[in-house]
Amino acid sequence: MAKIPVQFRLNGSDRAAFTDAAENLLTTLRRGLNEFAPKYGCGQGTCGVCTVLIDGEPQLACLTLAVACEGRHVETASGLADGPNLHALQVAFMDNFAAQCGFCTPGMLMAARALLDRNPSPSREDVIEAIAGNICRCTGYEPIIRAILAAAGAHGQKRA
Amino acid sequence: MPLDVRVASSMAEAAGILASDQRTKLLSGGTLVMRDVNEGRLLDGTLLRITDPAFRQMNTSGARVELGAGVTLAMVLNNRDLAYLHAVARAVGGPAIRQMATIGGNLFATTPYGDFAVALLALDAQVMVQSGYSSARAIALEEFLNARERGISGLVTGVQFARPQHAADFRFYKVSRVKPKGLSVMSIAAHLPNAGGRISQARIAYGAMAPTPVRARGAERALEGKTLDATAIQAAKAAALEGTRPATDAIATEWYRREVLPVHLGRLLSAEGR
Amino acid sequence: MLDIRKDFFANERDDNLNVIGKGIQRQDMPGHVTGRSRYFDDHAFEGLLHLKVVRSPHHHARIRSIDVGAAERAPGVKRILRAADVPVNKNTLLSLINFGKDDEPSLAVDKVRYKGEPVVAVIAESEAAAMAARKLVRVDYDVLPAVFDVEEALKPGAPVVNETYPHNYFEYHEKFDHQKLRFGDTEKAFGAADLVIEERYQTSPIEHAPTETNGTIAAPEQENRFVVHSCAQGLFFSLGTAAKILDLDSNRLHFIGGTVGGGFGGKVDSLTEPLAILGAMLTGRPVRYVLDREEEMLYGSPRGAERVYVKDGLMRDGRIIARHIRSYFDAGAYTRLSSYAAVKCTAHVPGPYWVPNVSSDIYVAYTNRCPSTAMRGFGITAADFALEVQMDKLAHAVNMDPMEFRILNAYRDGDMKAHRRVAKNTALIECVQVAAEKARWPLSDNARRQSSLEGGGQGERGQIPATPIDQRGQIGRPETRNAPATQMLPAGTMRIPLTKQPELEGSRDARPAAPNVPRYEPARPMAQPAVQAPAPLAPPPTAPPSPPGAAPPAAPAPAAQPQHGAMRFSSVFGTRRR
Repeated sequence: MAKIPVQFRLNGSDRAAFTDAAENLLTTLRRGLNEFAPKYGCGQGTCGVCTVLIDGEPQLACLTLAVACEGRHVETASGLADGPNLHALQVAFMDNFAAQCGFCTPGMLMAARALLDRNPSPSREDVIEAIAGNICRCTGYEPIIRAILAAAGAHGQKRA
Repeated sequence: MPLDVRVASSMAEAAGILASDQRTKLLSGGTLVMRDVNEGRLLDGTLLRITDPAFRQMNTSGARVELGAGVTLAMVLNNRDLAYLHAVARAVGGPAIRQMATIGGNLFATTPYGDFAVALLALDAQVMVQSGYSSARAIALEEFLNARERGISGLVTGVQFARPQHAADFRFYKVSRVKPKGLSVMSIAAHLPNAGGRISQARIAYGAMAPTPVRARGAERALEGKTLDATAIQAAKAAALEGTRPATDAIATEWYRREVLPVHLGRLLSAEGR
Repeated sequence: MLDIRKDFFANERDDNLNVIGKGIQRQDMPGHVTGRSRYFDDHAFEGLLHLKVVRSPHHHARIRSIDVGAAERAPGVKRILRAADVPVNKNTLLSLINFGKDDEPSLAVDKVRYKGEPVVAVIAESEAAAMAARKLVRVDYDVLPAVFDVEEALKPGAPVVNETYPHNYFEYHEKFDHQKLRFGDTEKAFGAADLVIEERYQTSPIEHAPTETNGTIAAPEQENRFVVHSCAQGLFFSLGTAAKILDLDSNRLHFIGGTVGGGFGGKVDSLTEPLAILGAMLTGRPVRYVLDREEEMLYGSPRGAERVYVKDGLMRDGRIIARHIRSYFDAGAYTRLSSYAAVKCTAHVPGPYWVPNVSSDIYVAYTNRCPSTAMRGFGITAADFALEVQMDKLAHAVNMDPMEFRILNAYRDGDMKAHRRVAKNTALIECVQVAAEKARWPLSDNARRQSSLEGGGQGERGQIPATPIDQRGQIGRPETRNAPATQMLPAGTMRIPLTKQPELEGSRDARPAAPNVPRYEPARPMAQPAVQAPAPLAPPPTAPPSPPGAAPPAAPAPAAQPQHGAMRFSSVFGTRRR
């Protein structure tokens, strides 16, 4: 069957791929565009390792049709840093040991970014709800919660 | 032939396509259908997307609330008029799932999913179904759910219900093993309007206590005309299990669900720790 | 935060801690937070094919026929893999160290032994095409009775799960149906005890549920070899396994990995490497075989369930004078690593306590369940659960505080352990004292005064008691399970001679052993950098003198040269030199 072209912005750059009609965005990103930050963990929307931002909103790439992203802006953890300068979240994750195997980290970072973009001063409950859709099997979540709160604090300092 | 994707720009067009082609499946939020695709259960046929803005429309200010089937749970959470439904929307998935999951899709989610449908059942909602190119007709949600197993012909275009007079009359409680998000051991929605301190037209619905969301008629009868005091709550708990047929699944056993349902109903009714 | 208690064992080390307690950044963190860490699946290949496996829907069945015709003709399908395609279609993971018999096929031949066992592999241009073609494979089964309980499986007449071990147990040393530990006379001591308490403990299989599922991408590479991106926790182990199963010289395999999206022991069985590589060999293209989430949860090997019976002889003053453990590892349908788990467990009992009479019988039983594997604390964790709950019950039975009870029974430096080695660097007493302090659990002055460095090795505590040994539980002879003791080892006997070394199955019948399993050179000691000798420790306790007239320790039989020159894995055979 003929492939379908789809064009969208990925981490600020215009990209294009040829997809199968019902291909999911995760497959298109990984196999079509060599964008490996979002991962496959379940294919059913339970684990969150494929979390990306689409037009600023957190979504699960494994459940999103690639063709439905036409003309939209997709963001992954690969685009978090500003050139060589890490995002406050990335620094905070490192400083707070918020990763061990690292597999959930790209998705966690995008869920956290979606929170901080909307709510720069989240409470602990806000953070927990923001990452409620992201499973981590290694850290027990506390270091991740600490890191996100720390990054929010750092953000706050910048604004002051 | 591998799966194909089509787009309908109007709900009428979509209804027509669905009526004429058995192998076309509506793709609303994708949280259910794309899972089937990913796991190899849906390998051929056509996925239909609807771009009609009316599919996502919300009329929430009047006495009759109308929500398009394509309205996402995130949209519900962002709408202040629907504050009484926020606890329900928040109980479904995490933020990313809520960005995608739709009210229409939730009507088709099999137990133990489908928490939003439970709330709609307690609100006496009607489902708007459009078959072919004719106009939409209203079906009571309870009837819709019973017919769901046999297969509904037509396109669900939205749901409607009377806005609760007092938001505090509507309560929702989800029991899950993983918090804040997790599959339901059970969920309970209750609309308890009261006239002069006495419950009138109580509606209580359970999720994950039967193959579809069901009304708790025994508990409703026990509360009708009563003040919501300890005696009435006790009577409701005693009648809680009427009409339930819980299953054993990976989340909980039938036995466990039966055992704890009255406890959780009691907590909901006495508004403990909410 | 981290609390380093330097007041304990202060004279046994220097305090130049450069890393411990300092919060050193992980070397892979920058990769993790930028999405640059490469897991096995994060590699682009032109012409990548996808492999999906047809799995048995039955717990136990004979395969009558397999029809792949329709699948072969399905759109996008490049190749179907069947049992006959696998060069060496029978393996056991520990054959790499010459332990056990080959018992597991990569693709089922005439029988399936657990629900989910791979039967046929379909390789196609896309995952969707592979999944569609998979549905077209027709396998006809004759369902057989299945057994799921370890003790049921060991009863004569139970369905035979795995014909390599026809009695449903792993065969140890070609003699026994279990692994034995004997130290002192537990039966006699039970007779002398004030209380005898036996309890049964059971753990469930536990799924590792890593966020990253098991998977491999294998591709033809230059110089006629294959590059293999693997999720394996042990790349050499997986390389050796693949080399044997595929009958490849090991230098034709280039394994790349090491960044694992959560292993916890669940990525040691080489579940996906052999078939992915075989697919690459037979199609000439890169092949990707990844378990989907349902496969990972259902068919990725779990931590094995264990049933543990702990029987203790207890005195009213709180001393445990005898401990007997009978335990069953549920290996599932194939051995994999369970044989080793039971040896580890045997080396672990009776726990960190001095008990003058200890015996254990640990079985590895086969059932029609998913084959089990390692998980954190492999072979030990479930036994510790049983032992520690038992300790609480024993304390309760003699009306003692459970912390004090543990301090009373704790082993100390110089004590003779059940394995006939002198305990050293013990610290249970100090651990309990600090735990009690942090939990604000009151301890008596006496308990707080105890030390691992004092009181060990004195009198009976330092000696090897006379030990009856037996020939119970011989392979194929269940009637010997309750036979009496056959020999009394005099007190002080250091070593029981081993019988013949186990051999690979292939070496016993006419087939040659697989020649391509890697040969490892024994490690050559490197030149040591000059270091200052550490301050002398407290002198080791003097070894107890052998009672006069005791037989000298029997010289061990010279080790037979193993089939493939593998390094001797000492704890498995108990031939370790001290």
